[in-house]
Amino acid sequence: MPQKEENIIEMHRITKRFPGVLANENIDFSVSCGEIHALLGENGAGKSTLMNILSGLYKPDEGDIFVKGRRIQIGSPRHAIEAGIGMVHQHFRLVENFSVAENITLGMSTPRFRLDMTTIEDEVLALSKKYGLQLDPQAQIWQLSVGEQQRVEIVKMLYRGADVLILDEPTAVLTPQEARELFTTLDRMKETGRSIIFITHKLDEVMHVADRVTVLRGGRVAATVNKKDVTSRQLASLMVGKEHSTVLPDKDTLRSEPVLTLSDVTAYGDRGTMALDGVSLQVRAGEILGIAGVAGNGQRELTEAITGLRKAHSGTISLHGQDISNRTPLEIIDSGVSYVPEDRYGTGMAPNLSIVDNIILKSYRTRVMSKGPFIDYDAAKRQAKELVERFQVKTAGIHSAARLLSGGNAQKLLLGREISSDPKLLVASYPTRGLDIGAAEAIRSILINQRNRGVAILLISEDLDELIRLSDRIAIMFAGKIMGTLNRDEWNIEHIGLLMAGVLDVQDEEALT
Amino acid sequence: MMHETTVTDESAQASQGRKWRIRVERRLETPAWWNVLVPVVSVALALLFGAIFLKMSGYSPVKVYTIMFKDTFGTRYGITETLVKATPLLLSAVGVSIAFRMQLWNIGAEGQIYVGALAASWVALTFTGLPVYIMIPGMMIAAAFAGGLWAFLGSAPRAIWGVNEIITTLMLNYIAIFCVEYFVYGPWRDPMSFLFPLSPVFSKSAWLPCFGNTRIHAGLVFGIVAALAVGLLLSRTKWGYEIRVIGENPDAARYSGMSISRNIILVMLLSGAISGIAGMCEVSGIIHRLQAQVSAGYGYTAIIIAWLAKLHPIGIIIVSFLFGGLLVAGYSVQIYGIPADIATMLQGSLLFFVLGVEALARYRIRIIRSSPEPVQAQHTADDVARETT
Repeated sequence: MPQKEENIIEMHRITKRFPGVLANENIDFSVSCGEIHALLGENGAGKSTLMNILSGLYKPDEGDIFVKGRRIQIGSPRHAIEAGIGMVHQHFRLVENFSVAENITLGMSTPRFRLDMTTIEDEVLALSKKYGLQLDPQAQIWQLSVGEQQRVEIVKMLYRGADVLILDEPTAVLTPQEARELFTTLDRMKETGRSIIFITHKLDEVMHVADRVTVLRGGRVAATVNKKDVTSRQLASLMVGKEHSTVLPDKDTLRSEPVLTLSDVTAYGDRGTMALDGVSLQVRAGEILGIAGVAGNGQRELTEAITGLRKAHSGTISLHGQDISNRTPLEIIDSGVSYVPEDRYGTGMAPNLSIVDNIILKSYRTRVMSKGPFIDYDAAKRQAKELVERFQVKTAGIHSAARLLSGGNAQKLLLGREISSDPKLLVASYPTRGLDIGAAEAIRSILINQRNRGVAILLISEDLDELIRLSDRIAIMFAGKIMGTLNRDEWNIEHIGLLMAGVLDVQDEEALT
Repeated sequence: MMHETTVTDESAQASQGRKWRIRVERRLETPAWWNVLVPVVSVALALLFGAIFLKMSGYSPVKVYTIMFKDTFGTRYGITETLVKATPLLLSAVGVSIAFRMQLWNIGAEGQIYVGALAASWVALTFTGLPVYIMIPGMMIAAAFAGGLWAFLGSAPRAIWGVNEIITTLMLNYIAIFCVEYFVYGPWRDPMSFLFPLSPVFSKSAWLPCFGNTRIHAGLVFGIVAALAVGLLLSRTKWGYEIRVIGENPDAARYSGMSISRNIILVMLLSGAISGIAGMCEVSGIIHRLQAQVSAGYGYTAIIIAWLAKLHPIGIIIVSFLFGGLLVAGYSVQIYGIPADIATMLQGSLLFFVLGVEALARYRIRIIRSSPEPVQAQHTADDVARETT
């Protein structure tokens, strides 16, 4: 196959399968010298998989990789860095108690014997000055802010001689100001002839820094375009695809009473950043409010604040007019809130305990399930059997460990448990993620069923198709804010796509282009 | 049920040129017969390991083991002494096991034994005139209270600030031992003891009743009752359920509305109280006075016992007797000029081999030939789901 001289990286017909999922299908991707190439797409579009292949974490099932015109096999991250490819992951791989310089040399095979830290520190300092990445080589990682830690990761890759730098959602952890600094750095690197692959789902960033854009959708390349030839509106529709057909659940709910009301809620994320930034929304009885947005824009914090697992810093959360903000999880459960958490095995279940023990996780305190201080295991077994039958859960028996359930069966049981308490509000986070089609459909029909029975449902999903099929209204989250709430009759996919990518309205878009 | 599929945890030793690599894979399900195989194989390996050392030191392993076995399980005296030694081990192992169930590493049983003994002695020495049916329950309550308090001191910092309880409970052991020493060297020293660090002998009403003319005392009953009660608590009650859920998955516990810090405090109180009663049983059932050394490291041995028994109450009863026997065997071989430390060495190697064989029950090691290509991470569908594009 002929190689273009100026392309430093060429990936040809890359295919990668995971059990049950085709993550990358026949992907062609190239990067030329001294360009910033944005890789744009929704969650699960295959961006990270493709880059993990390029950086040696995954091996492609099919396809070839050419670096500087030579066909190579990238078997490990070490091979990748030898070929001049370095990836900065979203989650940093740094040793907290080591200094910046120590982290940068860590794992390198040279120098072989004597570590001359002063020389290394000087080199690190020189590199960081060259690219405007301010760093103190002697500082320890735990003393640094997230933005500074990211600089360490970048310098680490540069120090190892990376010509191609892959940045996985680099601005996700940065403040707007840090992001601007990062873009300046990227421009400087570009000037020195290095290439940058920039994974993102934020359109304004693409329009700001990229030279070329490859849009992935559903594991395939939707398009590769020069930035100057497209508008962000076009990119948004490339990213989310065509207009979807809608399946209307049959009920008019717009006038029913509000069950959950959030007004101006703020909350901090695990890293101390503002994860919820003045969120106001309302979920009515018998409606599904879908939350669209790319994961990591505050969805987890939103569900945790509602269910009492995270402190709301300000604002109020009320259920049927009663303030439930910052109540304990138990009080909130008792007031009628059920929750299907995002991490079903990690939060929603105790995987090593039996199915019976998992079924009573929320109800073991109730009169039905207990006799004085004892648990009524006869009642518990009855309920477990009933749920297993009702939701057609495939199990080796109700006394087998919950971890042996497949994802779909586990989720059916979890959802079954959560609705068996007749909740007023059901918060469901990514309830169909990772499930096969059959199980996903079963989960969806349970949700619709609950809606029709008058339960208020807050549905968080990254599957736009699903949201459009199930939701009565859709609220779009971006960077901890609700960008807008759209009714069934007023949404269109392009508009949702733009809001998901942080573009507020058409004026904004024109300002960017 | 055995699954051939492997998940995650893969450490690979591979580099170019080498023709083989070792792969450690996690088993999804451990076959049931491993539960029998693990103890049998590890006891055999521990005995073999001990035999090597005995041989090197010039003793006949067969002879030593025969003596050890005969003198513990072969004679009436041996059996009763085994039960006597097993009593404090059993109680404190039950105590630590309940904390371990919640992944609370209470290393402080030794200290809790000492403060339990101290508090029981205070009751016995202060209220000398009490009748036995008030004296014994009074001593028990005092010992349980003191043991619980000691565990509380270790667990409160954990519950409030997340301080590592291994450190706090361990440090409190030394404080407890020094407290006992202070009293037996100081205010409570028996004027008739010829300056030995001993308290006066308790009045008869403070002695636990014994079985017949043996040294086996009521503490053994307490131990068995405690083991069974804790078993019932864990498997049948709401509180026990909370303890199991928190131990398995604290996030799920929080999600379902359980208070973790409250349970840390409560479980440690119970754990410490049971060990405190172990201390009371030693002074009230065996020594009948307070002395500087109340426990021969029972609180530490209890950790090994709880672990070997996989925190299972019935298992703890069995392993406690085994370890009681090992202690007696250690004393008995001394007569033949063999150091008693052989018993402690066997204890240690037993734990070592159990942990080792256990690892094999959970992981399987495969040596893979050829395939010079570097190893890839194993992928599951979850990888894709987790992908944060």
